[in-house]
Amino acid sequence: MTENISPSRLSSQALPGVERRHRKEQIFRRLGLGAILTSLLFLMFFLALIVARGHGAFLETVILVDYHFDHETLDIDQAVSQNDLANANYRSVIRAAMRELAPEVSGRSARRDLYGILGAGTEYDLRDLIIAQPSLLGTTAGIWTPSSDEFHLFHRNGGDRASRQSTRLSPLQIELYAELDNAGRIKTRFNWTFLSSGDSRDPEQAGVWGAVKGSILTLGICFLLSFGVGTLAAIYLEEFASKNWVMRVLEVNINNLAAVPSITYGLLGLAVFLNFFGLPRSAALVGGLVLFLMTLPTIIISSRVALQAVPPSIREAALAVGASRVQTVFHHVAPLALPGMLTGSIIGMARALGETAPLLMIGMVAFIVDPPSGVLDPSSALPVQVYLWAESPERAFAEKTAGAIMVLLVFLITMNLAAILLRRKFEKRW
Amino acid sequence: MVENMMLENGAAKIRARNVCVDYSGQRAINKVDIDIPGNCVTALIGPSGCGKTSFLRCLNRMNDIIENCVVSGDITLDDEDIYGPQVDAVVLRRRIGMVFQKPNPFPKSIFENVAYGPRIHGLAKTRADLQALVEASLGRAGLWDEVKDRLDMPATRLSGGQQQRLCIARAIAVEPDVILMDEPCSALDPIATAKIEALIDELKEKYTIVIVTHSMQQAARISQRTAFFHLGDLVEQGETESVFSNPKDARTGAYVTGRIG
Repeated sequence: MTENISPSRLSSQALPGVERRHRKEQIFRRLGLGAILTSLLFLMFFLALIVARGHGAFLETVILVDYHFDHETLDIDQAVSQNDLANANYRSVIRAAMRELAPEVSGRSARRDLYGILGAGTEYDLRDLIIAQPSLLGTTAGIWTPSSDEFHLFHRNGGDRASRQSTRLSPLQIELYAELDNAGRIKTRFNWTFLSSGDSRDPEQAGVWGAVKGSILTLGICFLLSFGVGTLAAIYLEEFASKNWVMRVLEVNINNLAAVPSITYGLLGLAVFLNFFGLPRSAALVGGLVLFLMTLPTIIISSRVALQAVPPSIREAALAVGASRVQTVFHHVAPLALPGMLTGSIIGMARALGETAPLLMIGMVAFIVDPPSGVLDPSSALPVQVYLWAESPERAFAEKTAGAIMVLLVFLITMNLAAILLRRKFEKRW
Repeated sequence: MVENMMLENGAAKIRARNVCVDYSGQRAINKVDIDIPGNCVTALIGPSGCGKTSFLRCLNRMNDIIENCVVSGDITLDDEDIYGPQVDAVVLRRRIGMVFQKPNPFPKSIFENVAYGPRIHGLAKTRADLQALVEASLGRAGLWDEVKDRLDMPATRLSGGQQQRLCIARAIAVEPDVILMDEPCSALDPIATAKIEALIDELKEKYTIVIVTHSMQQAARISQRTAFFHLGDLVEQGETESVFSNPKDARTGAYVTGRIG
């Protein structure tokens, strides 16, 4: 700056230290932005990884096979009953069709390889198909049949040299793959089985529906109980209880319970619900009760915060026109705190949804094929399913594990969305 | 010096004797004796923290909801002890309404704000009765013409002055005998204040009004009787004119002339 231009009295040079203050602000802003970007980056990385690994779970490789549903092969009479159809010999139909597909294959072990490219559940699929459409009897039908999991992985990896090195398919099966692929008998389609069926030992037949249903039932019970009990407890503590030492001890203990490791609640559930009350093992009811105990402190705490946020002037206004304390709370205070209470509850639910440890203790980790039809049926839950599949030796289960995590995430996002919509609906300004 | 300003027996709507209020052992009001006559405006004045609001809240037992607040002494409404064992605070508050410093309408519609009190007390048999009662209350609060076309609008969208008049309408909808007002104009501009003051002047025909105010001019304008509180003591009470023009206590004189406060 030259001598003859007088510096502005309002410039940052005019007040010593001002530039340093601005620099500090800059640094803080950049740090904050950096923190957000870093977490976003990790989130994106995580999501990309899960989707890349898991999207294959939603696909299945199918092979076009021509089945001859003649009575002789099925080993049934001309006049068939429903029972006959259920017990017919579908395996021989499949074997005949496969031999026809590759007539050059002979020998016991080669034949076994041939039959092995189809999924293990094919005969049940065919049985269900015939029972649903008896008119197919006596005809020949080309049906896209799910392949075995190894065959699916081989196809998904492109069937090239790299996949040949990693596959567990036999050389004959690889040859068959090339043959069928050239004949246009192999394609990939959306795997409805994954979304509609329960667990299975065979990856190509395993689905998440049993676990999803188990999670829905478990969380339903958990939500009903913990929202009801939690909000009522919070209302009592906040609006009615006198602030004496008993209440203070209670308050400290509620805060402590919120920090207790979740597996402890599993042990409690095992001791109380299973051993003492004799409730059924692996049932969604018990899972819901255990998660209810686990989320209750969180919901009480967040509901109390929501109640504290209601201005005291609203309480005074209601009391001053002669409302009783219960009327004051239920007509005015609770409705205003409801959005906050709901948010707290949904956050508690989201935590309960991802919880595995307490469910392990009460036997929800069992291998359960049939989706539960009620809260007393043995059932699984999504995080437990993830845990189970992650431990399975079959390589195709790695894909299923990531797929189940994707379903879990969708579940979670849906719940959070519901929370936001509910809050919007109930939110009022004052 | 207070005794000689007491009213004749039977002339007082509310009579307080030896009223003390303690918050966790901290004395806020010390042995207050006061008679509040019916159908007139009594102003409680004094500097901040002098206990005038605490005393006001004794009159409809709003202090009950404050933990560690102990009220002692006798307060009667129409010669019935309001702290008596048979007294139900809910019934008492129906007969002694209250308007607060900050307008506090419920976050509901204008109609619901006024209808809430009558509804919980079962004052209207039919929907038409209720509507008539709401209209009458809003009319008496001087708000009907301004809101009659938008009764379903959220009350929180009204201006501050309108909200305060709505609160007054809400208070009179349950047909009380007494209305307590805790600095009802302190959050309002002069025009809204003027409207409320005019309203108070009309309401005293039907109700007994006790108003806490910071503004000595306001007390002088609207009240017939004035009580001056200082540091928890009721220093002086009497006809407003005499308290302002001919104060008996030096502290009163100092306050009303603006030398302390």
